[in-house]
Amino acid sequence: MTTNNIRQIYVDHSAGKPVDSRVVAVMLPYFKVLYGNPSSFHRFGQEAKQALDNSREDISKLINAEKPETIIFTSGATESNNLAIKGMAIRNRQKGTKIVTSAIEHMSVVNSCKSLVRQGFQTTFSPVDSYGLLDLVKLEENIDEQTKLVSVVYANGEIGTIQPINEISEIVHKKGAYLHVDATAACGQIPVDVNKDGIDLMTISCNDMYGPKGVGALYLKDSLRIDPLLHGGGQERGLRSGTENVSSIIGFGKAAEITRLEMRSESKRLVKIRDSLIQGLIDPISYTFLNGHPKKRLPDNVSVRFNFIEGESILLSLALSGVFASSGSACAAKTLQPSHVLLAMGLKHEEAHGSLMITLGRQNTQKDADYIKELIPGIIDRLRNMSPLTPKELKK
Amino acid sequence: MYSNKVMDHFTHPRNTGEITDADGVGTVGNPTCGDLMTMYIKVKDNRIADIKFKTFGCGAAIATSSMTTELAKGKTIDEAMKISRASVAESLGGLPKVKMHCSNLAADALHAAIEDYKGKLEKNKEAKK
Repeated sequence: MTTNNIRQIYVDHSAGKPVDSRVVAVMLPYFKVLYGNPSSFHRFGQEAKQALDNSREDISKLINAEKPETIIFTSGATESNNLAIKGMAIRNRQKGTKIVTSAIEHMSVVNSCKSLVRQGFQTTFSPVDSYGLLDLVKLEENIDEQTKLVSVVYANGEIGTIQPINEISEIVHKKGAYLHVDATAACGQIPVDVNKDGIDLMTISCNDMYGPKGVGALYLKDSLRIDPLLHGGGQERGLRSGTENVSSIIGFGKAAEITRLEMRSESKRLVKIRDSLIQGLIDPISYTFLNGHPKKRLPDNVSVRFNFIEGESILLSLALSGVFASSGSACAAKTLQPSHVLLAMGLKHEEAHGSLMITLGRQNTQKDADYIKELIPGIIDRLRNMSPLTPKELKK
Repeated sequence: MYSNKVMDHFTHPRNTGEITDADGVGTVGNPTCGDLMTMYIKVKDNRIADIKFKTFGCGAAIATSSMTTELAKGKTIDEAMKISRASVAESLGGLPKVKMHCSNLAADALHAAIEDYKGKLEKNKEAKK
């Protein structure tokens, strides 16, 4: 991609992805021609409803759900996480008031749990090891008879570590609880099968599969009942009232279909680029480390930390050379707190500040990775020369 | 997000480095918070003859450090003490709101270096007595 002759390399795909042009093409008729409300009796309405159901089927196929009706459309992963956690907790309040989750969840899970604490629920954030893998022994200990819901991220988009969902599911079910999985970053990159993985509820994001933003889904196992967050006309089996975002849902279906057909080859391609980039940063630059697991890792994720410097300075320098990435540094975030995910893996604050997240996507090539590999050592060197921190300082 | 002036000082920071025989050294901030800076000054005839900095921090932290050294160089000790966080931010054409507190520490580092210099001066006087 080039603009004004400056090379532009976008590598912030976990934050936002472009919409596939095949997805845009199927969406367009639903703005000006097929604009009916799926709840309407007439032809315009029934056409929209049929299209909606087709999308439901495409998404249920991607995750091997037992039937299309298990897919509930929402406004995105944040709403799906809210609906799963609050909907399950409140529905099962009489049976138990404890929720167990992990220390590396997305803020929509963290803050949903915290909002329930204010309503008398208990939440335990189960720890992870230095690779970001859930400690399964501690997890099992944390699930008591009061626990009816366990919520775990399939793979955290920031560090890329993929959790052993199958093993987690066994533990959760043995203890008599239900398992919600946030598959926002995973679904679309690695095979996700709710049946094989033993998942009861699962959050799916549309933009993470190159569909439009503002739409997502919650998979809800056929036999399960939850309380809705939004009350109204009873759309989506009464679990998500409000006229459906038809054009986006149509796009979502297409995005899921493309993902199902192309994911394997695309992921294989990305893993090669990812690993060459990781090696190309860690080997030549001293005091540089990989965040997350080297093998159990999302194909798009390169998360590294450079000691003695701060992430926002790295991002600024990269952007000046046309590379657009992300950081777990506090200074690059709204909260002024370094990423809780990096801290949960045992990193010191100053180490978390020096992290750089590169997330690859469909338009990235090996050439992009080579350009980044050539660019970064100079940036790190310049910033380290300016830094008062040294290897001695960090040990303190 | 940043003004052109901030970006200029970030990409071409003035007076980076250390002064090994500095007359005053001041360090403020904390790497835990993501900002740490050290100012080194050399004083001649009650004026800041030379000044250098080392900073760990975001773009704003580096730019404010650079701007502070530029404002302080050649000033008398009293004039340099009047350089404030606000005047540094203003000289840079403003800073984003969230950066005004955590990353705008360079004036404090300068003042700390001057205090260090004054303290040493006092000690020398005492020693001579």
